[in-house]
Amino acid sequence: MASSCWGLPELICRFPEVDATAMRHARRAIDTGFRDLVREFSDVIDAATAPLQVFLNMLENTFVNTPWIIVFAVLLGVVWAGARSVRVVAGAALALLVIGWVGLWEDTMITLAMVTVSTLLAVALGLPVGIFTARSDRVQAVVNPTLDVMQTLPSFVYLIPVVVIFGIGKVPGLIAVVIYAIPPMIRLTNLGIRLVDREVIEAADAFGSSDRQKLWGVQLPLALPTIMAGVNQTIMMALAMVVIASMVGVGGLGKNVLQAINNQFFTVGFLNGFALVAIAIIFDRTSQAFGKRLQKHREAGHE
Amino acid sequence: MSDIRPDIEIRNLYKIFGADPGAHIEAVKAGLSKTDLNRKHGHVLGLQDINLTLPGGQISVIMGLSGSGKSTLIRHINGLIAPTAGEILYDGEDVCRMSEAELRRFRRKRTAMVFQKFALLPHRTVLENTLYGLDIQRVPRAEAEPIARRWIDRVGLKGFESHYPAQLSGGMQQRVGLARALANDADILLMDEAFSALDPLIRVDMQKVLLELQEELRKTVVFITHDLDEALRLGDKIAILRDGALEQVGTGQEIVLNPANDYVAAFVREVNRSRVIHAGTVARVPEPGESLPEASYPARLVLEKVARRMTRDGHRAARVVDRNGDTQGVIDLSAILEAMVNPATADSETA
Repeated sequence: MASSCWGLPELICRFPEVDATAMRHARRAIDTGFRDLVREFSDVIDAATAPLQVFLNMLENTFVNTPWIIVFAVLLGVVWAGARSVRVVAGAALALLVIGWVGLWEDTMITLAMVTVSTLLAVALGLPVGIFTARSDRVQAVVNPTLDVMQTLPSFVYLIPVVVIFGIGKVPGLIAVVIYAIPPMIRLTNLGIRLVDREVIEAADAFGSSDRQKLWGVQLPLALPTIMAGVNQTIMMALAMVVIASMVGVGGLGKNVLQAINNQFFTVGFLNGFALVAIAIIFDRTSQAFGKRLQKHREAGHE
Repeated sequence: MSDIRPDIEIRNLYKIFGADPGAHIEAVKAGLSKTDLNRKHGHVLGLQDINLTLPGGQISVIMGLSGSGKSTLIRHINGLIAPTAGEILYDGEDVCRMSEAELRRFRRKRTAMVFQKFALLPHRTVLENTLYGLDIQRVPRAEAEPIARRWIDRVGLKGFESHYPAQLSGGMQQRVGLARALANDADILLMDEAFSALDPLIRVDMQKVLLELQEELRKTVVFITHDLDEALRLGDKIAILRDGALEQVGTGQEIVLNPANDYVAAFVREVNRSRVIHAGTVARVPEPGESLPEASYPARLVLEKVARRMTRDGHRAARVVDRNGDTQGVIDLSAILEAMVNPATADSETA
């Protein structure tokens, strides 16, 4: 062993590690401490997540229990309201019909409910955080590294504390999805506001706008294309995370995929995978077309 | 609109840009030069010891090349930039000492600004852009809209109310910028290189629009430009700024006829003097007993116009009269010609 040290002293040759016993003790202390803390506050945590549970269940039941034809019509209506494009609506109709025909309607509805709630939550949380981040360089100096960690930390890793704190089930899955999906919302809101033309901001100032008038009247409307790109990304990431969240007990298409992996069900896996892709494309096209339509003033004319 | 508007008084204004401007202000006041401040302390001297009165109800032009500090100066007047030292007095108040809330009120009620790159709100229509200042003041739409529509009409954009800025040409966009500023009905109109981004013909067009409006509105206009011709055409009073310091302040004619130094002289060399110098300036006092010519022209008329009228009417000489019709002096074509030719350039050009 010493021969591979090229004659270097032990300390430089072999990495000086923490004593294994000390490491074990530290680990145990943190784990048990964390667990005890969670146990102590379990009532509070349950109470805090109860509204989410209720909302999620309500939406899921609505999606699943309403006759498919009505859900189908409403979904197409939403797509039409957003995209105003016959092609997108026709594509969505076709995708949904195929999904139903291969027997994935109910699972798709569960996933849809999950994605809807997590996107709403991510936007509702991400937008204000993004606005704060845009207003202060100091906040940005804290938020940006945090987002870096959130985006690079493997999602399996933060599933662990989520499970420890919230247990197994839909709500912990929802929280994991929101954590995973919120960074683009915050980042792009921040970016969008910071990219607003300085001259226009100066004009708003010169006319005596208050901070609030500037935010709602100038910054947010002008940042809207970027913010909409953030919403779009958030939806896409939520859809991706729904599969992983099935490991902590989220139902729907993700659960099927997980079972397919465990049992090597090639066809089932791909069918569910493609159903997710279909939903993703519908969401993506609709939200993008909606974002573009909000920008009608940018089109046409000179320049 | 005949009420007399107060002057804007700029007193001992300094602006230093950098990490710690306050630390260097005394040294600058004691005579530290712009170059030394930059090299030794890493701070930039934006404005030094500006003392300037911008008369109420008139157009004052601040002229300078890029980097001269003219845009910095105009932004002090509505507090978009805070000075390092000095004061700006308007109607008994020091703009530089106002709180945030006071400043917002001041900007809403007393100033309006027109920007070089128009700075219109791209998501608002022409009408909504014009309404912007009134929206900020929370004037109800029912009251504000007729005002906005009137100004849109006045700047010649009737029929374009529901267009978005991106659908308009540059000249039309700046008309919106002007309408937006005028709709505010503020005393002070700040125009930061307002016409510099426009094509030459459209620029002249906009200058005419501004002069026509000013004829009636008599606002206190502060106009920034790098174009001396524009300054001379618009300015009742012209201030020439260079490297953050005032080089000369005066009427167009004063500056063209008596440049204070070589820098200003170099500027005015290429100017069309016949459009600046008044007939009264060139006229000579008649000799006692001299027979006076029949024709007469107003003393305030510029030489170009006098010359055109004299040649048209076939006069070689004429009297110059003041507002009451009293003779101030006599003028002839050769005197006009001599005054129109710049003494400096005429001698140096051998061709």
